[in-house]
Amino acid sequence: MNFIDNPGKLHSFEKRGFEKNIKVEKVSRRSILKGLGITGGFVLAAPVMSRQALAYETGAGKMPHGVVVDPRVFVSVGPDGIVTIVGHRSEMGTGVRTSLPLIVAEEMEADWSRVKVQQAHGDEVKFGNQDTDGSRSTRHYLIPMRQIGASARTMLEQAAAKRWGVPATEVKAVNHEVVHSASGRKLGFGELAADAAKESVPSIEGLKLKDPKNFRYLGKGQVGIVDLHDITTGKAHYGADVRLPGMKYAVIARPPVTGGKLVSFDPDAALKVPGVEKVLKVQGWPWPSKFQPLGGVAVIARNTGAAIKGRDALKLVWDDGPNGKYDSVAYRKELEEASRKPGLVLRKEGDADAALKGADKVIVGEYYVPHLAHVSMETPVAVADVKGDKAEIWAPVQSPGGTREDVAKTLGIPEGNVTVNVTLLGGGFGRKSKCDFALEAALLSKELGAPVKVQWTREDDIHNGFLHTVSVERIEAGLDKSGKVVAWRHRSVAPSIASTFAAGTVHQAPFEIGMGLVDMPFEIANISCENPEAAAFTRIGWFRSVSNIPRAFAVQSMVGEIAQATGRDQKETLLALIGSPRIVKPEVKDLWNYGEPQESYPIDTARLRKAVELVAEKGEWGRKVPKGHGLGIAVHRSFVSYIATIVEVAVDDKGKLTVPRVDTAIDCGTYVNPERIASQIEGAAIMGLSLAKYGEITFKDGKVQQKNFDDFQVVRMDESPVVTNVYIVPPGPDTPPSGVGEPGVPPFAPALINAIFAATGKRIRSLPIGKQLEA
Amino acid sequence: MIKVKINGQEQSWDGDPDLPLLWFLRDEAGLTGTKYGCGQALCGACTVIVDKQAVRACITSVNDVAGREVTTIEGLHPTGDHPVQKAWRQVNVPQCGFCQAGQIMQAAALLMDNPKPSHDQIRESMSGNICRCGCYQRIENAVHLASTGV
Repeated sequence: MNFIDNPGKLHSFEKRGFEKNIKVEKVSRRSILKGLGITGGFVLAAPVMSRQALAYETGAGKMPHGVVVDPRVFVSVGPDGIVTIVGHRSEMGTGVRTSLPLIVAEEMEADWSRVKVQQAHGDEVKFGNQDTDGSRSTRHYLIPMRQIGASARTMLEQAAAKRWGVPATEVKAVNHEVVHSASGRKLGFGELAADAAKESVPSIEGLKLKDPKNFRYLGKGQVGIVDLHDITTGKAHYGADVRLPGMKYAVIARPPVTGGKLVSFDPDAALKVPGVEKVLKVQGWPWPSKFQPLGGVAVIARNTGAAIKGRDALKLVWDDGPNGKYDSVAYRKELEEASRKPGLVLRKEGDADAALKGADKVIVGEYYVPHLAHVSMETPVAVADVKGDKAEIWAPVQSPGGTREDVAKTLGIPEGNVTVNVTLLGGGFGRKSKCDFALEAALLSKELGAPVKVQWTREDDIHNGFLHTVSVERIEAGLDKSGKVVAWRHRSVAPSIASTFAAGTVHQAPFEIGMGLVDMPFEIANISCENPEAAAFTRIGWFRSVSNIPRAFAVQSMVGEIAQATGRDQKETLLALIGSPRIVKPEVKDLWNYGEPQESYPIDTARLRKAVELVAEKGEWGRKVPKGHGLGIAVHRSFVSYIATIVEVAVDDKGKLTVPRVDTAIDCGTYVNPERIASQIEGAAIMGLSLAKYGEITFKDGKVQQKNFDDFQVVRMDESPVVTNVYIVPPGPDTPPSGVGEPGVPPFAPALINAIFAATGKRIRSLPIGKQLEA
Repeated sequence: MIKVKINGQEQSWDGDPDLPLLWFLRDEAGLTGTKYGCGQALCGACTVIVDKQAVRACITSVNDVAGREVTTIEGLHPTGDHPVQKAWRQVNVPQCGFCQAGQIMQAAALLMDNPKPSHDQIRESMSGNICRCGCYQRIENAVHLASTGV
C-alpha cells in the first residue's frame, strides 16, 4: 500500500506533487478555527520539523504535501471545555482515528473523556498528507502530533499565566486544567479557550514535550476506539450509509475484461424492473486506466435492490480489448519459464553463478502466489452531489487528497470546488487507495443533476478490482559441505503495480523489489537478486503487505527447506542465515526503505534476531506437540518493522488443516496503542491463513473466474486459529515508530507451510494450499 | 401493500414485493445499521432477527416478512446495552466494524436459543459471519463473556 517513490516514471503520481522542498502555506484562520473564535490574519502551516526537535527523521516530509504541525488546524477548545481533535487519516480498522488524536490529547494534558474526534475532509494543503497506506500513520505522525499537543498545552498555559499575572514557568496543565500550584489557583481548559486562541503558536524548537514516564495514555492500551459504541449499535457511519435527500441509487455493469469496451446495450428489460428509473452509459478510460473508471452502463433506481435487478436484465455487448486472452494457467507457465532464465540483475554481491556451480548441494524452490482480491467487507461505494462547477463527495477512501484531485480533474473543475467527506471505511487493505468508485459517482451525479450513490456488489468487487499481483519466486541456495549457505539466487517474476499507470511496464518498481527481494538480510557471500520481465493483463494494485507476501513466503519457505535438507532445527537455521548482529547495506540502485531514511530505519539484523528469539521463547519453540501437529517459524522485516511468527498446525489423516496456536513477536519501535497492535496482528494471522488456504483469483479468456465468498473463500471462525498470542518487543528510548497494519501478514504463510512440513513431511510451494494436503 | 413490524414500529411497502429486506431496511426505511456484504447469504453482514431467528436480510424478501417482527441492530436494545453489545465493547472486538452488526445479531440469536454455548458451539454457529479484519478470537471471547454475565 505504499505510494510509488519513483515519480519520474509514473506520470499519474507527478500530479501528487512530491514536493522536495518544505513550503509555507498561507491558510485563512477563518477556515480553520471554529472553537477558538479567531478571525482574520494568517497562520503558519508548514512541514517544519527541525532536526533539533527530533531524535530521528522520517520520510513524512517527502510525502505529497508533507506534514502540517499546527495546533490551530488540528485542535479546538470550546468554552464548555470540550476539546475537538481532528483525525486526518482514514479509519479502516487500524484504530488510527483514535490513536493519532490520543497522542495530541496526551501531550496537551486533555482528559480523553472530554475529547471529541472530528474527521478531516480531504485537504492536504491544510492537513498535510492524508494517504492512509504504507503502515505509516503512527510512524509519520507520532512526533508531529506530540508537537501539536504540546503547542496547544503551551498556549493554554500562557493564557492562564497572563490571567493570573504570573510567569508561565510557574503554571502547568494537568488533566484538562491549568494549575498555579504556588497559589492553588486553577482554570479549566474551557475557561481559557478564548484567551489561548490569542496566544501565538510557539516555535517547535522551544517546545517541551512530556517525559514519557508521565504518559497517561501512550503505550498503555486502555483506551477503546472512539467509534466502539457506534459500531456496536449500528450508528457508525460508513460510505455505504450516506443518504442525501433526492439521492438516486446506481449499480454499474462494467467491462468483464479489463480494458474492454461497450459495443452496444439494450436497456428495455431493465427499465421495466419496478423502481428502475434510468439507464445511462458511463465514461471509461483507455487501458492502462490508472484510478479512472472502467466505464460501462449504469442502472439508476430508487433503491439498490431495484438497481441490481435492473442491471441483471441489461443486454450488453462488449469488445474485450487487448486483455481478452489472459489465462492464469498459461500465464503461470510463462512466469515459471522466465524465472528459470537470467533476468535484470538488481543486487549482486560476490559471484552467485560460480558459487552455485561449485556448491556441494543446491536447493531449488519455485514458489507461486496467485492474484488475490481484497474483499473488504464494505465493497467500494461512494456518494456524489455535483452541482454546476462544485462537487461534494462522501466516500470511504484511503486517499482523501488524491480523491479530491482526481474528482476535480475528471470533472474539469478547480480542486478548491471539490469537497471530499471521509466516512469510516468498512475495511480497505489497499483497495480504497484507488478512488475509481468515487469518480463513477461524480460522473453520474453530474449527468443526472442529482445526488447519486454508486454501490459495487461483491461480484463487481471481485471482477473489477485492482488485484494483488501474481508471482513466481525462484530461489536457488548453494550449500557447502558443512551445510553453510554460500550462494543465494532469487528471481522474482511478477507484473508490477506500475503497469496500471504506464503502458509497457515489464519490470517491478523500486518499491516492489524493495519488499523482501533486494533487502534480503541474510549473511551470505554470493548473492544475486534478479527481476525477469512480466507484463500485466489486468489492473494490479496495492494489497495489504504488497510484494512482501510472495517474498516472505519464498524466502522463509527456503529457510525451512534448508533446515530440512541439512537436518537442522528451523529456528537455528534461520538465525545462522541472519548471521551476526549488523546493519545490512545492500548495494542496490534506488533501494526502497518504505520511504524512510536509512539512518533512522536501517536494516538491523540485531532486531530481526531479537524478534525470532522473543517469539521462540514466549511461543515455546521446540515444545512437544501431539502426533499430526507441527511447528513452523518465519521472520520478515517489512514497513520497517520486524515480525516473527510461530504457527502450530494439526493435519488429520484426511488432510484437514487446523491451527491450534499462533505466536507472533513484533518490534514496531516506539508504539502508541499495544491493544490495537495486538488486534492488527491477530487479524493478520487470519488474513495470512485465508490467503494460504484459499486465496486465488484466476483468469480465463480475460475474465475473473471467481465471483463471491463461495468461490473466493476467506477463513471463517470455525477454522480460525484457536489462539493468537502477540508479544511486543520493548523499544529503546529513541527507537522510531514503525509499521503495524501490514507487517503481520507476510511471515504467516511461510510459518504455516513450514509447520505443515513438520507435521506431514509435505512441502507446499504453491499457494493456495487448496486440496494439496488431501492427495 | 405489505406491512411489517421493524423494531416495534409498523412499516408498509407498496413497491416490488420481491425487494430484498436488506435494501428495504437500508434504502427505504433508512435503517443503515444492517450491512450489505455479499447479497448471497454467504457472509452474514446483513443478519437481522425475524421472530427470534437469525435471518440473512439479503436473500429474504419484504414479502417473506409480511406481518412478522423484524429486529435490526438499531432495535436490539434501547440504549445499546444488550449483553452482547456490552461484551463486544468490553473485549474491544471491532477493527473496521463493518461486519459487527451482523455478528452481534447472530450472537444475540444464538444466546436466545442456547444461553450457555460451548466454545465449539460458538465457533460453529458464528462461522456463517465473515470478518475480513479477522476479529474472530475476540468475537468468540465476547460471545462467551455475554453468555456468562457481563
